[in-house]
Amino acid sequence: MALFQPARGSAGGTGAVRPAQPTQPAKPTQPAHGRASGYEAVRASRDFWTIRRRLGSFIVPACAFLLGWYFLFVIIAVFAPGFMRVSVFGDVNVGLCFGVLQFASTFAIAAGYRRWAQRRLDPLTDRLRRRLEGGRY
Amino acid sequence: MPVAAAETVGTPVINFAIFAFFVLVTLVIAVSAGGKNKSTTDYYAGGRAFTGWQNGIAIGGDYLSAASFLGIAGIIALAGYDGFLYSIGFLVGWLLVLLLVSEPLRNTGRYTMADVIDLRMRAVPVRTAAAISTLTVSLFYLLAQMAGAGALVSLLLGVSGTAGQDIVVAVVGLLMIFYVLVGGMKGTTWVQIVKASILAAGAAMTTVWVLSRSGFSLPALLRHAAASSPAGAAVLGPGLEYGANTVSKFDFISLAVALVLGTAGLPHVLMRLYTVPNAREARRSVIWTIWVVGLFYLCTLVLGFGAMWLVGGRQIEAAPGGGDSAVPLLAYHLGGTILLGIVAAVAFATILAVVAGLTITASACFAHDVYASVLRKGDADPVAEVRVARITAVVIGIVAVIGGICAKGIDVAFLVGLAFAVAASANLPSILYSLFWPRFTQRGALWSIYGGLISSVGLIIFSPVLSGQARAAGAAGASLITDRHVDFAFFPLNNPGIVSIPLAFFLGWLGTVTDRHPADAVRFARMQVRALTGVGAERSTRS
Repeated sequence: MALFQPARGSAGGTGAVRPAQPTQPAKPTQPAHGRASGYEAVRASRDFWTIRRRLGSFIVPACAFLLGWYFLFVIIAVFAPGFMRVSVFGDVNVGLCFGVLQFASTFAIAAGYRRWAQRRLDPLTDRLRRRLEGGRY
Repeated sequence: MPVAAAETVGTPVINFAIFAFFVLVTLVIAVSAGGKNKSTTDYYAGGRAFTGWQNGIAIGGDYLSAASFLGIAGIIALAGYDGFLYSIGFLVGWLLVLLLVSEPLRNTGRYTMADVIDLRMRAVPVRTAAAISTLTVSLFYLLAQMAGAGALVSLLLGVSGTAGQDIVVAVVGLLMIFYVLVGGMKGTTWVQIVKASILAAGAAMTTVWVLSRSGFSLPALLRHAAASSPAGAAVLGPGLEYGANTVSKFDFISLAVALVLGTAGLPHVLMRLYTVPNAREARRSVIWTIWVVGLFYLCTLVLGFGAMWLVGGRQIEAAPGGGDSAVPLLAYHLGGTILLGIVAAVAFATILAVVAGLTITASACFAHDVYASVLRKGDADPVAEVRVARITAVVIGIVAVIGGICAKGIDVAFLVGLAFAVAASANLPSILYSLFWPRFTQRGALWSIYGGLISSVGLIIFSPVLSGQARAAGAAGASLITDRHVDFAFFPLNNPGIVSIPLAFFLGWLGTVTDRHPADAVRFARMQVRALTGVGAERSTRS
């Protein structure tokens, strides 16, 4: 069963990697708009599951951290402005350091995600996409 | 704002010459880049042929609107630290775009945000809803930019009368219609790139100049700024603008929620993700944008405190445009007429470019979502679709001019904060649910989009923004309706985000779990496989 053609008959099994079927060339750039049950098979496959799990393992903690860190900053700024005015050295106070750290953490998460995605995610998605475009699923 | 004190700074002739030069350069760019806009992909997405860094800088250009350049520096100059809080919200929101939205969106959509939801549920009502919210957010944002244009030009060209400012706003509208009609997405993108580069260079140069005055010491700059401010050392901590009472504190939290969640729902930012060949370039674009935007906001910190120190709050408040004039006045103080002219021209080019970006987004949304998908049921002739997009651009330009004339004198950064709240309420829940929640249904989509849109706009209408605070026109926090007998405000906060955004997420959930028609599992599987792997994604036309 080729992925990008409308499923004929039963949707078939799930999960297992299938060998290529040369009799049914896939058309990767023109996915069928009908019920392409092959997608469900891909979604249930082990490779796809790995991609999802890996992506989630970065995105969920990263988003939780950045939102928590940002709102901590906002809440302190609003409800404990005195703390923000405590001097760190000279005229540089806690608030300014806190703010600059927000910038630093933003840059760090962006750069870290890029590095992580290139090493840990892109090889997997590339491999799966090539397989899908080659009709092997 | 004392209107009588509308004196200009610098020499209007020189300012005008620099303006004209910038406008001419950008027009040439738009014409030469946008010569061949035949297909819808060319017109809406620049042929998807921009590289990551080009698009990243262009997104920066779209994002660093007059609200950022003039507005944030102005708030810092007048209220100190609280302006810095603004810029942090504007920046941190980009991480959500990077991590949650950019790659799946590029992989699954064609031109608009509605394309992504459409992959989950092919339904005319949902697309209509997404189009209405896209158009509303774009118009809100447009209004803010046009309002800023009037104030800026009145300062620089000596156009002080109401009629003169109205003419300036109309000219801005005409120029932007021209960019969009002739340049399409390709021309508009190049205008953004050039503008963002000049803006970044100008901001960096002025920042170094300010720092050189304080011996390249940030603590010294802060000390001088605090010493010259009537509020003294209080400007270095939070609370001057938002710390007055409990209502204003919650107003700030509401604004903070809207800023951090709004970026990922801004249609003109999302649409730019389609101008690159693939998801990886989209990721690269957003990372470039984060660097451009972040470094720029660090510069505005120096510029704002520099203006507080060198120009002084009293002079800034007295100038036409109030806080928005802080950076132009600082430029005049440092480098005289020439630097003022350059900074002002950059700011003007910024407004033009952002307005053009918004217009192309709104016109693409109307032509692609409403005309081609809803009215023509997905069976529109591409040539006709581009024609509809062009006509829409003209209509939107006219609407923006009228709106800009009406909204004159409102604080630009404040209006943009409202646009962010509407974007985060109406757009973000349905985008995130579509991408990540298998059970999300049509009813959930409709409830979250309309619920977010109606609650955010409704709360703005019944907030002090529109009525109830009849102070001097243009004063901070004054209502649009200046008649003090008209007061229908019952919502105490200026920014609706803290209520409308959670409400929209809740309605999306509630609509889904009460929907008798379950979500289409096959469509979700297809969407997710495409979103994560890039299979079947729209290709670049240049190959």
